[in-house]
Amino acid sequence: MSADQMKLDIVISGVGGQGAILASDIIGKAAVLEGVPIRAAETHGMAQRGGSVVNHIRLGCELGSMIPLHGADVLLALEPAEALRYIDYLSDDGVVIVNTQPVFPITVTSGGDEYPDVSEIVGVLKSAYKVVVFNALELAIEAGHPQAMNVVMVGAVSNYLPMSEELLIDCIKRMVPPKTVDINVRAFELGRAQV
Amino acid sequence: MNTREYMLGNVAIARGIVEGGAQVISGYPGTPSSEIIDTLSRMDERNFYVEWSVNEKVAMEVAAGAAWSGVRSVVTMKHVGLNVAADPLMTLAYTGIKGGMVIIVADDPSCHSSQNEQDTRKYADFSLIPCLDPSTIQEAKDMIPYAFKLSEKFEIPVIFRPTTRISHGKSDIEPGEVVEDRPPAHFEKLLDRWVMLPKNARVRHPHLLGIQESIAKELEGSQWNELSINNDSESRIGIIASGIASVYAKEAILNLGVDVSFLKIGTYPVPQGLIKDMLERVETVLVIEELEPVVEDRVRIIANETGSNVRIIGKTGDFVPRIGELNVELCEDAIANAFGMHEKTKLAESAVDVGKMADVADMASIELPLRPPAMCPGCSHRSVYYAMKKVFGNDAVYPSDIGCYTLGVQSGTVETTLCMGSSITLASGIYHAGESRPICCSIGDSTFFHTGMNGLMNAVYNKANITVTILDNRVTAMTGHQPNPGMGKTATGEPTVDISIENLCRGLGAEFVEVVDAYDRKATEEVFKRAKEYVGTSVVIAEQACVINARRAGIRLKSYVIDVEKCTGCKQCVKFGCPAIEFDNVGKHAKITALCTGCGVCAQICKFDAISEVEK
Repeated sequence: MSADQMKLDIVISGVGGQGAILASDIIGKAAVLEGVPIRAAETHGMAQRGGSVVNHIRLGCELGSMIPLHGADVLLALEPAEALRYIDYLSDDGVVIVNTQPVFPITVTSGGDEYPDVSEIVGVLKSAYKVVVFNALELAIEAGHPQAMNVVMVGAVSNYLPMSEELLIDCIKRMVPPKTVDINVRAFELGRAQV
Repeated sequence: MNTREYMLGNVAIARGIVEGGAQVISGYPGTPSSEIIDTLSRMDERNFYVEWSVNEKVAMEVAAGAAWSGVRSVVTMKHVGLNVAADPLMTLAYTGIKGGMVIIVADDPSCHSSQNEQDTRKYADFSLIPCLDPSTIQEAKDMIPYAFKLSEKFEIPVIFRPTTRISHGKSDIEPGEVVEDRPPAHFEKLLDRWVMLPKNARVRHPHLLGIQESIAKELEGSQWNELSINNDSESRIGIIASGIASVYAKEAILNLGVDVSFLKIGTYPVPQGLIKDMLERVETVLVIEELEPVVEDRVRIIANETGSNVRIIGKTGDFVPRIGELNVELCEDAIANAFGMHEKTKLAESAVDVGKMADVADMASIELPLRPPAMCPGCSHRSVYYAMKKVFGNDAVYPSDIGCYTLGVQSGTVETTLCMGSSITLASGIYHAGESRPICCSIGDSTFFHTGMNGLMNAVYNKANITVTILDNRVTAMTGHQPNPGMGKTATGEPTVDISIENLCRGLGAEFVEVVDAYDRKATEEVFKRAKEYVGTSVVIAEQACVINARRAGIRLKSYVIDVEKCTGCKQCVKFGCPAIEFDNVGKHAKITALCTGCGVCAQICKFDAISEVEK
């Protein structure tokens, strides 16, 4: 594979606790096994307590880990409001993959803020970008556990990655708790079928 | 064979520490530095000693003691931790060390998880201690074994300064060889080195100044600095970039397709010869570095000394911001602006403001709700704050401290956050200033052990009429659940003495000390009432394990449910602010979601008995 073919900038956005780090780790580990140089940036610490989180993953990159604005090829949004919040990272011809299941922030549950209509969010995204939408939580539950939502999303984005399906599944098997391997492999496959 | 591994920056730094043959590693947790010791303390096999110390000053001195005994040592902390450890730092530069000593200080440009964005390179300059500033994670790992050698060669500690994007970035990493040679510890009685009496200090200060030039020469020739000048080119443009900013600058140069001479700097003192070579070649130099103009000021001094009239810009001329972290866009703008490639844009307009409304959303006028971090469902701090507010009221003054509980700023019980341990001392000062309203401060267990204890002793001794609330969740939670002296185990999980905060407070002279279960709302309110009435320094210790840690330990409580028949929709439980409680606007009643951890505090708040444990 030439360096240009390996090049792919992905932004993963979501909510602290949804497993954005495991999602980017699966992609990262597979990239290294494939011999693809990789740089990634993560949100740790203060921002993790239910806050908005964003990870950058740059495949085929040997410089810095931060994707420039309007530079991402794919925005993988684990939550609909977080898709919109980080949409400016996506390049004009980029793809946004959105889990339609909202997670209400504390400002909505016990504050006075309103959570926007999900279909309205999706509509806005569709007016400007190529969009893949589905409810990843429902697919995770179908696979066996709601927590596998992040792996459903990895399955969806896998269609764009310069790594084989086998390699990604192999990484998932090694990285998730042993008891949850079957659930997560199913979650990956259900997600992969969405694109 | 592919030997590369995918690693977090801090894991790679930990790997560098192992490769460098360190024998004693100490530190105090602080984002973004914590995972370095987390990684080392969780290794299955170790041939080194590792500890979580109670604060950074303590950690620095433990590492110094090891280095004075001839073994390689490391101390880790976040940037503000170095303020706590600045006392030993400044004089360690005079005494020097025997075994290599690396001081790892992780900076946090943009204040991702910090109260300020101070630049550790200034401390390096101030203390005359050399500093290494990595641009990539691979470099970060590789710099550590080098730092030990440099430290031993000049018998001086070396500061290693990653930033958030190094520490919490990930990369494919090529591991290196592990140093197997480990000298036995032997404390050599070099009293003229280790006893900084004035007569010895007066000798060591000129010594420290004397070795600066040799250190600079050694660093100048190191692989961490790189100058590339294209001799065939007509370009008279020079760019100097340091640390992580150098990879952003490189990408910006590629994107813009500009022809420049480029100097990447990774060491302090800066490579004077390379800077001179650059100055001879160019007409304008743009210096790109995060935070303070450390390199830029030095370039100006060198230009002045050599009589060069090259134009030096960067922070000067407002091309590169002095606040926040840099990125590729900011570097592109700086270069384009500096070399007249497009009309100058305002710095603020090009900065990425995380969480700000995206352009697209703006166009469609969708208002995104903010998503600030919040205390977890079932967090005991929330229930303590609830009781505190109830008893002390809106009119009281609430100094607080640094930890997860700082998130209680939304509950109206966090009114100050200055630095570690400052809640009790600020409360004392506010009282002694003559403030007549009640004063109730809050501090976590780890922060109390860190520097809160001194403040309590001072408050009791000087008769401050305040209430001190110790939020004891039995772990250093915010930074990733590191053990502390109240837990009965060390960094590596070895059982040790469990230091009683209650006895400690009594030992410090406090006469009103009461311990309460943080989940027991009534009891907590009663204790606060008594504490408020008490004249003098009263201490309330609210105990309950961190809910995340409790889950990990296998503790599962029954969750709670709302009886919609009894619920009147009064929203008292919603106002409690637990993320597991939502309000159903259609049915006009509260509901408890799957996030419930079963703390049961909301059931104690409900006046209509509408919340109860799920029957199983």
